[in-house]
Amino acid sequence: MSVRRFSPQTLLLLVLFVILGALALFPFYCLALASFKPSKELLRFGLNIKLQADLLSWNNYSFIFSAGGAKYITWYKNSLVITAVYTVLCMLLSSMVGYGLAMYRFFGRNLIFIFVLLVMMVPIEIIMLPLYKQMIALNLIDTFSGVILPFVVSPLPIFFFRQYAAGLPKDFLDAGRIDGCSEYGIYFRIFVPLMTPAFGAMIIVQALASWNSFVWPLIVLNSGEKLTLPIGLSSLVTPYGNNYDILIAGSVLAIVPIMLVFVFFQRYFVSGLTVGGVKG
Amino acid sequence: MKWMYSQRLAPYVFVLPFVLSLAVFFVYPVLSTFIMSFQEVLPGQTHFIGWANYENLWDESFYTALWNSSKYTFWTIVVLIPLPLVLAVFLNSKRMKWSGFFRSALFVPALTSVVVAGIVFRLVFGSLDASVMNSIRHLFGFETINWLASSTTGMLVLVILATWRYAGINIVYFMSALQSIPDELYESASIDGANTWQKFWRITLPLLKPISIYVITISIYGGYAMFTESFILWSGNRSPNDIGLTMIGLLYRHGIEKNELGLGSAIGVVLLTITMVINVIQLRLFGLFKKED
Repeated sequence: MSVRRFSPQTLLLLVLFVILGALALFPFYCLALASFKPSKELLRFGLNIKLQADLLSWNNYSFIFSAGGAKYITWYKNSLVITAVYTVLCMLLSSMVGYGLAMYRFFGRNLIFIFVLLVMMVPIEIIMLPLYKQMIALNLIDTFSGVILPFVVSPLPIFFFRQYAAGLPKDFLDAGRIDGCSEYGIYFRIFVPLMTPAFGAMIIVQALASWNSFVWPLIVLNSGEKLTLPIGLSSLVTPYGNNYDILIAGSVLAIVPIMLVFVFFQRYFVSGLTVGGVKG
Repeated sequence: MKWMYSQRLAPYVFVLPFVLSLAVFFVYPVLSTFIMSFQEVLPGQTHFIGWANYENLWDESFYTALWNSSKYTFWTIVVLIPLPLVLAVFLNSKRMKWSGFFRSALFVPALTSVVVAGIVFRLVFGSLDASVMNSIRHLFGFETINWLASSTTGMLVLVILATWRYAGINIVYFMSALQSIPDELYESASIDGANTWQKFWRITLPLLKPISIYVITISIYGGYAMFTESFILWSGNRSPNDIGLTMIGLLYRHGIEKNELGLGSAIGVVLLTITMVINVIQLRLFGLFKKED
C-alpha cells in the first residue's frame, strides 16, 4: 500500500491517532508483560518495560490453577454467578418497566419516568450508608442477594428500553389484542423478540457493569469465600508487598473474557454505553 | 385472577418492579440519610442530636477530602471535555481513514474495571528505578520519584488514569452528536466562503452544546463520587497525609470503618448538596434553563 494515496492532512491525522491508540493500549501491554514476570522481580525492581525474555514464564498462570490459586477460582465463580443472575433478572424486569412506560398512557406515568431519570443521576455512593443499614435490617449482608437486589431494576436499561419500545409500531399491540392475546402475552411473544437489538446492547452493558462493580459488593460482602473478583483482587493489594503472582495474572484473566466479547459485539457496546447521550 | 389481565391494570403490573425497587432501595434510603444525619446511630439506642453531626463535620480531613475531590473533578473536566471533543471532530472528518478502528482502540480502556486499571497504574507509576514511568523520566535526565507520595503527582496519576479510561467513552458521545449534524449546514457555509476554522466555531461547537452539557453534568457527579481509583492506588482508604482521600472515602471511613452512620450520612447530604449546587450553576451558565429554542 503506498503512502501517497493519502493527503498530508490525512497522514498527519493517522500519525496522531496511531500514537494515541498506542498510548491507550500501552497499559495493556504492561499488564500482560508483568503477568509473565516473576513476582519477586516486580517487587524488588518494579515493572521494567523491556521484555527481558529470560524472565518470562507461565508460572503465574499455572499457580492460579494450582492449589495456591483456589481462592482466585472461587472469586471468579462468584463473579460469574452474580453477573449471570443479575443480568438475567435485570433484563426481564427493566425491559418490562421500559415497555410499560413506552406503550401505555396511564396515571402516574410521567412521575415514574421523572424518577427513572432522577435515580439515573444520583451516584450510588451517596446513598450507600442508608442502603447498607437497609441490608442489615433485611438480613442480606454477606449474601449474593444483597449484592444483586438493590440494583436489579436499573434506571439506565429502563430508559434504554423505553426509548427503544417507543420507536416500535403500536399496531402490533392492537393486532395482538384482536387475536386474543393477553397484555403480557403481547409483551412476551411480540415485543420481546422485536426488542432483540436493545437486549443485545443492554445485556453487554449490564453484565460489564456487574462484572466490574466494586463499591457496593465491597460493602455487602465480607467473608473470603463470597468475594467477587474485583474485591478479591483489591484485597491482594496491600501496602506491605503485593501478592503479585495472583494479582497480575488474575487481572489479565479478568479482562480477557470482556475483550473477546468486545471484539465480536462492538456495536452493542458503543450504543449501550452511551445511552444517556441519546436525547430523550 | 381475571382482573390482572385487564388493559387498564397491565401498565401498573409492568412498572411495578420499578416502583417497588424505588421505594425500598432509593426513596427510603435517601429519606433515612436525611434523618440519620440528625441522629447519633448506635445499636439499640438511636437518638436525635440536632445539627451536631453537621457541626462536627468541619475537621481537617473534611477539607482535605473536599479539596481533593474538587481538584479531581476540575481537572477531569478540563481534560476530558475539550480533548475528546477535538478528537471526535478529527475522527469524524472526511479526511480521516479507519476512524472506526481508532475509535475502538481508544474505547478499549473503558472495558477494564477500575480495580484492574488501578493495579496497572500502580505498576506503571511504581516508585522503583526500573518502574515504567520512572525509567522514562531517566531518559530525560530526571530522578526517580515516588509518584504516590506527594499530592501533586498523586493527583496527576489520578487524572491520567481517568483520561485513559474515559476519553474513549466521551469521544463516542461527541461522535454520535457530530453524526447528527446535517451536512447541508457545512455545505452552505462553504458556499458563503467560511473556512474550516469558522465552520468549527460557528457550526460544530454550538451544535455540540447539548451533549457537552450532558457530559459535564455526569462528570461532576462522577468526579465527586470517585473512590475506587484512590482506594486501589493507595492500597486502601489510608494514604500519607490523606493525599488520596476523597469525599466518598471520607463517607466510607466514618460510615463503614468507624460505624458512625450519623456523621457519614451528614457527609452524604453535604456531598449531594454540593454536587447539585455546582450542577445547577453549571447548567445556568450554559443557559440550559433559558427558553431560547
